[in-house]
Amino acid sequence: MREQKGFSGKNVSEVTVESIRRGDITLDDVRIHPETLAKQAQVARDNGNPQLAENFLRAAELTSLSDELVMGYYDALRPGRSTPTQLLEIADDLSKHGAEKNAELFRQAADVYARRGLAAK
Amino acid sequence: MTNKEPIGRFRFMNEQRVNLDGFATPAPELGLVAFNGLNDPKPSLIIRDNRIIEMDGRAESEFDSIDEFIARHGLDLGVAQEAMAIADIDFARRLVDPNHSRADIVRLSSGMTPAKLAAVLSLLSAAELVIAMAKMRARRTPSNQAHVTNRSDDPLLLAADAATAAAFGFRELETTVPVAADAPSNAVAVSIGAAVGSPGVLVQCSVEESAELALGMRGLVSYAETVSLYGTEQIFIDGDDTPWSKAFLTSAYASRGIKMRVTSGGGSEALMGGAEMCSMFYLEARCVALARAIGAQGVQNGGIDSAAVAGAVPGGVRSLMAENVMVMMRNLEACTGNDALMSESDVRRTSRTHPIFIGGSDFINSGFGSIQRYDNMFGPSQWNSEDIDDFLAMQRDWGVDGGLRTADEVEVERLRRRATEAVTAVYSWLGLGDFSQEWAEEAIDAAGSKDISSGDLMLPLTAARTIMETNVTMLDVIAALAENGFDLEAQRCLDMLKARVAGDYLQTSAIFDEQMNVLSLVTDPNEYSGPGTGYQPSSARQTEIDTIRQQRSVSDLRTEQQSFANKNIFASGAAETSYDPRDVVIGVSPATGKDIWVTLSGLSLADAISEVLAGLEEEGCTGRIVRINDSLDLGMIGLTAARLSGSGVSVGLQAKGTALIHRRDLAPLANLELYSVAPTITRELYRMMGINAGRHAKGATPEPVRNPYSDEAIEARYHTKVVSLVAIERECVNSNGPEVMELR
Repeated sequence: MREQKGFSGKNVSEVTVESIRRGDITLDDVRIHPETLAKQAQVARDNGNPQLAENFLRAAELTSLSDELVMGYYDALRPGRSTPTQLLEIADDLSKHGAEKNAELFRQAADVYARRGLAAK
Repeated sequence: MTNKEPIGRFRFMNEQRVNLDGFATPAPELGLVAFNGLNDPKPSLIIRDNRIIEMDGRAESEFDSIDEFIARHGLDLGVAQEAMAIADIDFARRLVDPNHSRADIVRLSSGMTPAKLAAVLSLLSAAELVIAMAKMRARRTPSNQAHVTNRSDDPLLLAADAATAAAFGFRELETTVPVAADAPSNAVAVSIGAAVGSPGVLVQCSVEESAELALGMRGLVSYAETVSLYGTEQIFIDGDDTPWSKAFLTSAYASRGIKMRVTSGGGSEALMGGAEMCSMFYLEARCVALARAIGAQGVQNGGIDSAAVAGAVPGGVRSLMAENVMVMMRNLEACTGNDALMSESDVRRTSRTHPIFIGGSDFINSGFGSIQRYDNMFGPSQWNSEDIDDFLAMQRDWGVDGGLRTADEVEVERLRRRATEAVTAVYSWLGLGDFSQEWAEEAIDAAGSKDISSGDLMLPLTAARTIMETNVTMLDVIAALAENGFDLEAQRCLDMLKARVAGDYLQTSAIFDEQMNVLSLVTDPNEYSGPGTGYQPSSARQTEIDTIRQQRSVSDLRTEQQSFANKNIFASGAAETSYDPRDVVIGVSPATGKDIWVTLSGLSLADAISEVLAGLEEEGCTGRIVRINDSLDLGMIGLTAARLSGSGVSVGLQAKGTALIHRRDLAPLANLELYSVAPTITRELYRMMGINAGRHAKGATPEPVRNPYSDEAIEARYHTKVVSLVAIERECVNSNGPEVMELR
C-alpha cells in the first residue's frame, strides 16, 4: 500500500496495533483525507464514471464537517424536514465551509422540494 | 360450478411445493407486469442549451424529483444525442456481440435515458442476458456475499458464523437485527468473526439509514448497502428520503472512506401500492439511472425483498436478471439479488439463480444465507446454509466460480472456537458482557441458534447500549483484541480501517482478496470479448472449485475396503467339475477374498454368501463357493460356475453385490434371475436367491423375486463407487483356473 496520510495528517504507516494500544490513535488518523478523495475522483472519471467522481468531490468537502453535522444535514434533506428557506440557509453555511458542491445540492433541493411539495410546511 | 374434488392426477400436482407460490394474472393498472406497463413512456430526450428539457416523454416542467435528479446529474449529455439515436435492436445486439467492447457500451449507455435502456434490455432473451452479464459486469473476478444473522443476536454465534462464512469464501458479510437496538453489538461480533475467518472481508450491518451511517463512522462496519431507492416519487417519499437526501448520504459515506451501494429492485413499488401504472422493469430503470446520478458505485437489485412479486408475473424472473445487466451497463457494481426467497420450490429458485450463476456477477447473491433459514433475520434467503454443498457441487459441475470454496471441517471448528474466544475476550475487556464457557461450547458446535440453550438473551442489548454510551469504536476493539493475544485479528481489523484512508475500495465493484489487494473495476476490469477471454480461474482456484470434500478416489475406496479385510474367506485349491445333481456352485468374482470385502449395500461379502448357502440348504442342495479368476463379467462368472456345477445351475456374485442365477445351457449374457441393483440387495434377498437357485437345480418352481424398487437417485449415489470397484476387480483378474473358497 502506498504512503497515505489520514485526515489528521498523520501518515497511516504510524497507525499500528501497538500505537492504537498505547492510545495514540484517534478515528481522524484512520479517516480519509480530502486530497485522497480528490485523487479517487480523478480515477473514477478516468474509468468512465463522472457521477462517482462528483460524489467523491462532494465527499471531500464533507470530510471537515463533524459526524453530527453531517448526520444533521442528511436529516434536513429528508422529506418534510426543512422549509426551502432552511435548506438555503444550510447551503450558505456549507458555502462558508467551502463546501460549494454540497451547497449547490441544497440549493437545488430547495427549488425542487418547493415545486414537488417535499418541503416542511 | 360444481365443487367436485379434482381428479387424482391434479390432486397430486396440487400437492407439489411449487403450488405454494403465488402466481398473478398480470394487472398493469397495479404495476403487476414485468415489461411494457400502461404508463411506460417511449424513450425520448430533448436537450437545449446543454440542458435536458424533455426526458422519456415528460417536459421539464413536469419532472418529478426523480426525473429532475437524473436529468440534472445522471446523463452524459456529450454522448446522449449519439446514444439515443441508436435503434434499440442494434444496441441490444451489441450487448452480445464480442466485436463491441464493454467500454463502448458503457460510454453510450451513460447517455441513454431510463426508458431507452429498458427498451433495449427488454429485447434480450434469457440466453442473451447470460452473455451480456458475462461481458458487462464491472469486475473480472466474480464474488459472493453472505447473510450472517440469528434469532437472538447471539454475539458468539454471530462471530462463529461470520468466521465460517469467510472460510467458505464469502467476501462480504451482511448482518441485521431482530431487535433494532442490538445493532452495534452485531456489528462488533461479525467484524471480529470475519477477521478470524480471513483478511479483507467486508462487513455491514443493515439498519435504518442514519443508524447505519453512525456505525460506519465509528469504524464498526466497513461498507453499507441498505440505502434504498424507489422508482416513483411517492414510494421514495414513503421511504423517508428524496434523491437529494440519498445523494448527500452517498457522499457522507464516501467522506468517511466507507464503501456503499444502494438497494432497489423491481416490484417494490407495486408491492407498496404506488407503481403509477408503470411496469416493474421501467421503474427499476429509473432507480438504476438515479443510482448512477447520485454517484453510488453500485446497486443491489434483482427484486430483493420484492423478488417474489416479480416472480409472480410472466417474464418476471427474466426482468430481475435484466435489472442486474442494466446496472452493469451503467458501469456500476452489480450485487445481483438471489436474496429473499422467491419460491417454495427448489426447482424454481434454482432456475431463478442459475443464469446469473453461469454469467457471473460482482456478487452472485446479495445475501446468500450462510446460516439456516430460520436464523436469517432478513427472512429466508434464496440460498441458505442448507444449500452450501449444492452450490459447491454446482460450481464443480459447470467449472464456474460462484465465489465459494470448500471449507475443511477441522479448520472451521478451529475458526469457530477462535471467534468465540475473541468475542469473549473483547466483550469482557470493554465491559460489554461476560459469556459462560458452556455458551461458547454450544456456539462452536451449533448449526443454528436453536442448538444454543445457555445464552443470555439480554446480553446483546446491554452490550449494544454500552457500545453507544461509552463511544466504543473499532480502535477500542482493535486494542482489546491485541491486549488479549488476538494479534492477527487486531491487525486484520486495522487493515480494514487503513483501507479507508487509501480509498481504493471506494471505486466500483471493489472487494479485497486475501492478500488485501483491491479487486475492482479499476484494478481488475472485466474485459470479456468472447470465448477464451475474460475471467478464467487460476489453476489454484480451479482446484478449489473442483475439489469438494465429498469426492472419493479409487484409492480412497480401496483403503475403505481394506479396513474390512479379514481371513474369513479364502481360497483352498483348484475347483473340479461336480456330478452331484444337488451341487450348486456359487461363482464369486476375482476380488473376492482379496481386495473387496463389502458389497454396495454395506453387507459383508461373507454374509451375502452365507445367506445364499443357507437358502440352498433349505432346498436340500449343497452350495460350493468357487472363485472365477479370469473374468469380472457377471454373466461369464455365472456361466463358468454353472459348467462346474453338478446341477448345472449356479449363482454368480460380483464382489460389489450384483448377483444372478445362471444355467450351463444358456448364453453367457442370459440368466434365470438377475439382482441388478446391488445397493438395495438385502440379506433376505440373498437368501431368497439361494432358495430359488436350489429350486431351479431341482426343477421345481421358484417364487419370482422382484428387484426392490426405490425412487431415490441410487445411480447418483453409487455409480462412482461402481467405477472404482470394477477397476479393483479388473486388477484382480488373472489366468488362474477356478478356485474353491472356504468360508469360516
